[in-house]
Amino acid sequence: MIDDVLVIGAGIVGAACARTFAAAGLQVTVVERGAAAGGTSAAGEGNLLLSDKQPGAELVLAQYSATLWPDTVADLTAELPGTFPSVEFEQKGGLVVATTEPGAQPLLDFAARQSDSGVDARPISTAEALVLEPDLNPAITAAVHYPEDSQVQPTIAAEALLASARVRGVRVITNTRVTGPILSASGDLVGVQTSKGDLHAGHVVIAAGPWSGEVAAALGVNLPVKPRRGMVLVTTRMPHRVFHKVYDADYVGATLSSDAALQTSSVVESTASGTVLIGSSRQQVGFDNRFDVHVLAEIAAKALRLFPFLAGMSVMRAYGGFRPFMPDHMPLIGADPRLPGLWHATGHEGAGIGLALGTADIITALMTGDQPPIDPTPYSPARDSLAPFLDSDDAARLSDASAATADDTADQAAVSGGAA
Amino acid sequence: MTDVVIIGAGPAGLAAATSARALGAHVVLLDSADQLGGQYWRHLPTQRPSKHEAGLHHGWAKFQKLCADLVADPDCRILTQAQVWAITAAESSAGTGPASTGSATTGSACTGSAGTDPATTGASARNSAGSAASTTSAVPTVHVLVGEPDGVGRERLSFSPDAIVLANGAHDRALPFPGWDLPGVFTAGAAQALAKSERIAVGDRVLVAGAGPFLLPVAASLAQVGATVLGVLEANHMQRIISGWGKKPWQLIGAASKGAELAGYARNHIANRIPYLTGRGVVAAHGTERVTHVTTAKLDTGWAPIAGTEKTVAVDAVCIGHGFTPRLELAIAAGCALTAERFVRVDAHQRTTVPGVYAAGELTAIGGVDAALVEGTIAGHAAAGGHLSDPAMKSQVAKRITFSGFARRIEKAHGIRAMWPGWLTDDTIICRCEEVNYGAMCQTAQATESTGLRSLKLSTRAGLGLCQGRVCGRTVEELLACQTPGGLSDGVMTDRRPIAAPVRIADLAAAALPASPGRNSPQTASPSKPSRPTT
Ligand SMILES: Cc1cc2nc3c(=O)[nH]c(=O)nc-3n(C[C@H](O)[C@H](O)[C@H](O)COP(=O)(O)OP(=O)(O)OC[C@H]3O[C@@H](n4cnc5c(N)ncnc54)[C@H](O)[C@@H]3O)c2cc1C
Ligand SMILES: Cc1cc2nc3c(=O)[nH]c(=O)nc-3n(C[C@H](O)[C@H](O)[C@H](O)COP(=O)(O)OP(=O)(O)OC[C@H]3O[C@@H](n4cnc5c(N)ncnc54)[C@H](O)[C@@H]3O)c2cc1C
Repeated sequence: MIDDVLVIGAGIVGAACARTFAAAGLQVTVVERGAAAGGTSAAGEGNLLLSDKQPGAELVLAQYSATLWPDTVADLTAELPGTFPSVEFEQKGGLVVATTEPGAQPLLDFAARQSDSGVDARPISTAEALVLEPDLNPAITAAVHYPEDSQVQPTIAAEALLASARVRGVRVITNTRVTGPILSASGDLVGVQTSKGDLHAGHVVIAAGPWSGEVAAALGVNLPVKPRRGMVLVTTRMPHRVFHKVYDADYVGATLSSDAALQTSSVVESTASGTVLIGSSRQQVGFDNRFDVHVLAEIAAKALRLFPFLAGMSVMRAYGGFRPFMPDHMPLIGADPRLPGLWHATGHEGAGIGLALGTADIITALMTGDQPPIDPTPYSPARDSLAPFLDSDDAARLSDASAATADDTADQAAVSGGAA
Repeated sequence: MTDVVIIGAGPAGLAAATSARALGAHVVLLDSADQLGGQYWRHLPTQRPSKHEAGLHHGWAKFQKLCADLVADPDCRILTQAQVWAITAAESSAGTGPASTGSATTGSACTGSAGTDPATTGASARNSAGSAASTTSAVPTVHVLVGEPDGVGRERLSFSPDAIVLANGAHDRALPFPGWDLPGVFTAGAAQALAKSERIAVGDRVLVAGAGPFLLPVAASLAQVGATVLGVLEANHMQRIISGWGKKPWQLIGAASKGAELAGYARNHIANRIPYLTGRGVVAAHGTERVTHVTTAKLDTGWAPIAGTEKTVAVDAVCIGHGFTPRLELAIAAGCALTAERFVRVDAHQRTTVPGVYAAGELTAIGGVDAALVEGTIAGHAAAGGHLSDPAMKSQVAKRITFSGFARRIEKAHGIRAMWPGWLTDDTIICRCEEVNYGAMCQTAQATESTGLRSLKLSTRAGLGLCQGRVCGRTVEELLACQTPGGLSDGVMTDRRPIAAPVRIADLAAAALPASPGRNSPQTASPSKPSRPTT
């Protein structure tokens, strides 16, 4: 059997892409080395944020994706059996605050620039912030309300997109690892070798999250996707006292930075079940999954700066995973000019849940020759900002890295620990 | 001098502390409970001593001696109410956490001789009230909170010793059945604990049910504190019990005291006229405010209930125990490999696959108190740098063999059988913390077609609550695996809990404060005031 498209990876990005490919009439197989929705998409949070994005192509993709979520959720609900768990989509809004005097003006400036790009960003007074969040530390120096910020339960969202893809005829093969390329006589990629035999397809899409560099290396090209570790704390259940996604403006700095050292900032939010999630850290330590008490301590300390009442609450679980980090901070969506037949849908770092739907639309349009909904060139694998990272030294480094992380399913499992 | 940290002060931990001290090691003995003794030697609070303890406990004199010697010993630092909430693996074992059971994942050899024993280098156990220790040695760091379990501002300590002995035991496992969440339904362990440490009977008319030899002492304790025990129901059939226990009984000669102990329970049984029925179990509990009746039924050899054999029994309490689940979270966090049966993998020296980390007692097999004592003795000796060939270990080595046989027999005779879900109904609660019932859990699994436990836990919410799967984890795994054609495939275990016990956010945040260098006496971490922004 020769598929039109083979998608490598059954995380949220692979699931979303498979679903739109099938909707466009393509015959699709998803191949996943472990269980579906068992990688990064089950190891993070489900914030769909505009608030943390600076004006530019990533914001455009986030804005476009944000328009898709409500209808997609409605479609999923209609397509899937009533017993399917809810994806917990909720447009609860974000509240970003500065906690230092020097931090105030940059936050307000940032919000003003976002406003110019069409984001609903509303600077509010401390008194107004305290109406939105009565338990917020009143000693804040600036606050901006972002009504468009929303959330889903990321793992259930990934499962739902995949189930919908199945309904549309997509074949999903789990427990099967992609190990190498199948090339045509002319050197085009026409399929992949896997741990359970060969799979042939017209197009091969790498959607392997933080392992995309490793998969690309196995297929013969280098790709500078690196893991950026993140940890999240989960409290025991409590009556709802946090009503928005509340975070310190530091978070934006952490998101936009390339610093390999530990960075923490607190995004505090409550979940439907009554727990509060406090995340998260950003740290480049390869696929090192060791539990680091100091990282958790910093996250906790920053959360207390926002919500002093949390001091007496208990953390019952910590989990985390590895974000697929791109050195130029831009997701990678489109055909790889170096190897005909190879496509990428990866590198979404800490925003892959939010950006999955837009990514799927763009890559489907590009593959079927339709007009993409937004300009795809900033995400192209051929973009200039990526060129410096595609040299051959890097290729060598990447293949070393993949050798070292041969057992990374285990790593992932270890990090996510006591549950996600 | 070798620094040894021992986690758990039950039989295994007390024995380990004693033998490590015998070799001159510096010992820190930690237990989260208020008192020493573990599950086995639970007793009235020391403020309320009783003349009758000896009658309630086998080996009470032995316990008193173990404790007295350790308490009097200045080089054994004993900390009760000391909750180990995390173990952080050292650099060298990065990324080697076991992905699935049955595979040794760390590269370290565990067959070295005494000379290469990692437990002989001498970094000193230290307390860092400030920063998390950045570990450079191969032995993991132990993070402890000391104080009232619910208190804020517990004292925070961390230790980076030369060797760690994990002796944190097991908890008892109760399989769910309709009505098991009613007040009046207890685990056997909880009932036993109330009887032993508070002299309280959980009810007047009590039925004890489940599987395994440790239901007998529970019935005995209940009778001693005044309950009428209506019977002990053992789910397994006599034939299986006999074939498990009865073959080659001479192998048990070394375990004679064990035999005498069990015979004692049997006599007690007869004296108290407690019926012992096999091949029968409690399949439902009824009542509105609390349990008033239970339904029992005959079970086939796979534990499927047999229709038409139901009986109703009026009770005001029922005690359930179907075996034990080792508390694996600390061992997993340390990077220790597990066996296929999901116990901590150890060699003859009780060494785990992580250098400098030893395990003893119920973590390695369910063998009862005598097995725990022997294993603890060996583990403490090895952790302090000793070797099995040392004369002091000779008798221990022989006993260890006997008692590991004992553990295998318990499993063979009394282990859980696969058809038990036959007594579940759709509305039987499986995960009590998140109130997930059996029907909803199965429906979700069928709808998502998921084959991964990580995703299934999130979509069903089973095992995500306060107990973090300690109570329901194994059950959730087994039931979900039944819903998945090839079984669960992601190698995720509910036993993995990097945070071993809930921690107050203030206590956790205190660790972010800068370390105060050079202090080597215990520091009290002050409950952190939320640091205010500089306005
Ligand atoms: C702590 C943390 C918090 C986060 N918070 C948010 C948030 O709030 N909002 C947000 O939008 N994003 C967030 N993210 C980021 C988001 O989780 C990721 O961007 C997203 O999950 C990436 O999805 P993916 O499908 O690309 O990758 P994954 O979900 O990792 O899927 C990739 C799949 O590829 C499979 N694979 C790998 N190698 C092979 C192979 N050789 N053969 C076959 N299959 C293979 C893997 O097993 C995996 O299942 C967070 C991430 C972390 C770690
Ligand atoms: C109901 C019941 C009846 C039994 N009857 C018998 C019997 O009649 N005969 C027999 O031989 N055996 C019996 N047993 C089994 C016996 O209790 C065990 O074999 C024995 O206690 C095991 O010893 P241990 O040291 O391994 O663990 P435990 O005795 O369980 O000790 C473990 C200790 O570790 C501590 N701990 C756990 N986690 C942490 C942490 N994170 N931080 C700090 N401390 C921690 C606990 O507080 C506990 O004190 C019975 C068990 C039960 C439940």
